[in-house]
Parts: sequence; C-alpha cells; structure tokens
Amino acid sequence: MVLVLFGASLILFVALFILPGDPIGTAAGSERARDPAVRAVLEKRYALDKPLPVQYVRYVSRLVRGDLGESYRQRQPVSRVLRGRFGATAELALAAILLEVIIGLAAGIIAAVFRYSFWDVAVTLTTTLAIGVPTYVGGSILQGIFAQKLGWFPRSGRAGFSSIVLPALTLASVDAALVARLMRGTMLEVLRADYVRTAMAKGLSKRTVILKHVLRNSVIPVVTYLGIAFGTLLGGALITEQIFNWDGIGLALVTAITAQDNPIIIAVVTYGVAAFVIVNLVVDIAYAYLDPRIRLE
Amino acid sequence: MAMIPDDVAELAEVAPPVGPGTVGIAVQTQFGDIRKRFFRNKLAVIGLGMVAFVFLVALLAPVIAPHDPYEQNLSATTQPPSGAHWFGTDELGRDQLSRVMFGSRIAVVVGLTSILLALGIGIVLGSIAGYRGGRADSVVMRVADAFFAFPVLIGAILIILVTGRGVLPVILAIAIFTWTVPARLLRSSILSVREAEYVEAARSLGASKWRIVTRHVLPNSLAPVLVYGMVSVGAAIVAETALSFLGVGVKPNVPDWGNMIASGRAFFGYRDFLWVFPSLAAVFTVLGFIFVGDGLRDALDPRLR
Repeated sequence: MVLVLFGASLILFVALFILPGDPIGTAAGSERARDPAVRAVLEKRYALDKPLPVQYVRYVSRLVRGDLGESYRQRQPVSRVLRGRFGATAELALAAILLEVIIGLAAGIIAAVFRYSFWDVAVTLTTTLAIGVPTYVGGSILQGIFAQKLGWFPRSGRAGFSSIVLPALTLASVDAALVARLMRGTMLEVLRADYVRTAMAKGLSKRTVILKHVLRNSVIPVVTYLGIAFGTLLGGALITEQIFNWDGIGLALVTAITAQDNPIIIAVVTYGVAAFVIVNLVVDIAYAYLDPRIRLE
Repeated sequence: MAMIPDDVAELAEVAPPVGPGTVGIAVQTQFGDIRKRFFRNKLAVIGLGMVAFVFLVALLAPVIAPHDPYEQNLSATTQPPSGAHWFGTDELGRDQLSRVMFGSRIAVVVGLTSILLALGIGIVLGSIAGYRGGRADSVVMRVADAFFAFPVLIGAILIILVTGRGVLPVILAIAIFTWTVPARLLRSSILSVREAEYVEAARSLGASKWRIVTRHVLPNSLAPVLVYGMVSVGAAIVAETALSFLGVGVKPNVPDWGNMIASGRAFFGYRDFLWVFPSLAAVFTVLGFIFVGDGLRDALDPRLR
C-alpha cells in the first residue's frame, strides 16, 4: 500500500511538474510577475528554484505532516481553503454509499428471491436504464423534476437534510444499479449451492436459509465492488457537486482548475487517491470478517 | 487437435484459424454459436441497432446535418424547437440538431480509440507480466497498481491539465487510467494458460517465445479482455462527456455533448431543451453500447446468465 501511494504521488508530481502555464504569474498577478525580483522571491517561497527530486522530497515530507502548501491564488494554506469542504464531500459520499447499499441490496435480493417475477423484470429494466444514464444527465433530470418543477427539495447548495437528498441520489444511482445486478447474480449462484440445499433439506424455513446462509455468502462480492467503485464515486462527486453547487472538494477542484491553482489541485487529487487506497484496505480487512476462510497475512 | 480449448473459437476475429482444416471448421462453428446466441438476445440486437444508428449519424454528419454546427446567428439565440431548428438553437444561435449530430463523432471516436489504446497497452504489458513472470511481472503490476489508484476522472483531469484540452488529450487521458484493468485480466488468464499442455508442447517443439505468446498464449487468454473492452466503450463515452461537462474535455466551442450540456445548463429551468437533447443523445449511445457489450458477454459465456 505504501508502494502504491509512493507510485501514485510520483505520477502526480511528475504530471504537475510538466504542467504548462505560469503559476508564478498567477500568484503575483501578471503585471508584477514580469519583475525578475518578484519572480525570484516567489520562486524561492514555493521552492520552485530547487531541482526536481528535492522538490519531490519536500512535497512528500510536507504531505506526511499534513502541510499541503499554500494556494497560489488565495495566498493561504491549502488546508485552510479545503477545511470544511472535506466534511461536505464526505457527507455526500457517505449518504450515497448508504443509499447504494440499501437500494442496491434490497433490489438485488428481491430480484433474486422472486426470480422471473414482475419485480425481477422491473429491477432488471430499472438497473439497465440507470447504468446507461450518466451522472450529469441523471442529476439534471432529478434537479429538473424534484427541485424545479415540484419544489420538494432545494435546487442547489448545502443546507440541512433536504438539500442532500437529490445529490446523494444522483451520486448513488449508477452504483446502486450495479450493486443490485451483482447482488442478484451472486445470490442466484449461492441459492444453487449445496449448503443451501442442505439447509433446506434439514427443514429450515426459507427465511432462515436466506438470512443466515445465502445473504452472508452473497454479500462478499458486493463489498469488493464497493471498494473498487469508490474511485468512480469520487469522480461522480465532482460532477454532482458541480450540478448541485455542493460546497465540497470537488467544487474546489473545478474552481482551482480554471484558476490554475496547482497546490489545491495537488491536494484534492492526492487526497482522492489516498482515500481510494485506504478504502480498499478497509475492504480487504472487511473480507476477513465476512469470510473466515480468508486470512489476513 | 482434440485438445483445442473451447475459447479459441471465441477469438476467431482476433486469431484467424491457422491450423489444418479441422481446426478451421471447429472455429467456424463455435463462432456461429456465439453469433446465434448473440442474435437470440433481443436487447443485444436492439443495442446493435442503436449503435449502428449512432455510427451512421457520426459518419454522415456533414451530409445530413441541416446546418453548419459552428454557424452563429445572434438574432435567433435559444430558440425553442421549431420546423427550421428541430432541436432549437443554442445561446449563440447555432443549430442544436447539427451540433448533436456532430457531437456523435467525438463520442464514437473517443469511445472507440481510447478503449483500443487501453487494450493495446494492457495487452502488451499484461502479456509481459503474465508470461515472463518474475521481476518483469512485479514491476509491471506495481506500476499498474499506482495507476489504478487514480479514479479515471480524477487522473484524466490531471493529464488534461498537462496537455491542454482537445480530442487527443481526452483519448490519452482515458486510456492511461484504463489500461490497468485489461492488463490485470490478461495477466491472470495467461497465468493459467501458460502451464497448459499445448504451450508445453509448443515449447518442446522449439517454438520461439514470440511465437508461443502470439500464436498460443494470447489467442487462448484474450476473451475476458475483449469482453471488458466491449463493455467499457460506453463507460469511455461517459468519461469523455463528463470531462467536457467539467470543462476539461474537448475544446469549448467544439460540438460535443458534454460541452452542450454544460453550457445548456446555464438556462436550466426555462430553456431546458438546451441540455435535454444532448443528454438524450448521450443516454441513447451509452445504452446502445451497454446492450451490445452485455449481449456479447452473455454470448461468449452463457454460464454468466
């Protein structure tokens, strides 16, 4: 995992180093940036005059200490610019994951248990549609119907519980559909397993068999999937935050891109990557808990 | 010859039959089976029709588009759909129908080439890792892990910051953060094929490494990679339009669905047709590719149904 983070930070650092554009000019305002003395001071301040490896070591050592440097544009520490925004994004992501799990599992279980029934067909159709509707379309549609037309929820911004409903649904829709499909597939497979037949044969009720034997064994691939899908979730959060003007790090990233505010971009992308790696580590640990056959090394 | 595994056939397109007649016949029949299974799947056939329609529009856009997609008319901006402009006009008075039609070109080109590029990189690196093993394997897989740590959209933003906006940068950006999946898939399927008897036979006959990999190992391990490729074209189109939507995709004025939706959303609530039509086009295309991809997967591996 450390190796992954090292490799990822290297990719990030190299990409940002060969970035075109003039960060100094952006920081100083283009007029003053022409003054060599001002440039020199700023280059020293941001350590842009040091060789590449030195800059990298500096960057990583500060990163580890939680010091993300200073925003070129806003002239204040990145951590201060982003503070509070992490909470907003985490809130949105958590709400979305919760929805994914609840809607996805429920739909998948219903479809598998009542295979070929009306509900199964309904779930299959809905999930196929949901997967085909990109986040930016789904978000606009939800916003148009439930905020603009019906006025049930606020159209944008972050204020109170009602404001999170539409963004969370938008972010969750594709993954919820994929979770439902996956759950249906694995459950159908597990339902055919020998131990399920044994459980049925020894006279357990269908309810007990499904709750005790089938569910626990079907949920493992879903957990793996949620780990992998966390990356897509982060990407989707960028779009969702943009649509609903949700004041999280995704919105900060999009703003920083137009302003060429590199330290903010570095920070957001780094945290995104770190979060992705950590979530997948947690998923690996969750396996051992869900499936005693898997031992952590 | 009886040892030829079933999945050789699935790759008929990639590895044309090279052996004596009997093998050729086996391949043909298997391929026919897959085709029959594919065409029995209604959704897959509908998807194929949808994709074919999008291809046709993309190909013929310059001929069938009623207007020049760049032609502005500042006296008729944000006009609702009418006989003259079926999809209305945008904030610069450009004909939306023509722009949606031209937008399909970018979607199709980016979707296909980015996935082809990702498959190319993935196949080369995946087969090196899988077949050579040892140090090469661990180096390639560690590099893949590092790239895999980037969510595609976030990684792509990074690349486009470096290269600037444009069609080619978008293709590169998507491919760079997608190749890890086909590489991993191929590596693991090569690991199982590598020890097969027919590979050992080829080796003991003195075949070169290159020949063994290209003639025996790859054709037998490519199936999952190709399925992944087919299923991912839709995802690549979503990524492309999402990048443009966020303002880091193709250049701002280019007729592209993501661009159109982003600028159309400025009129959200009172000129909704501006974002609805390009959105419909995107959903239609993505759904088409998903239907075809799913159909192909089910046809290649009926056990998954």
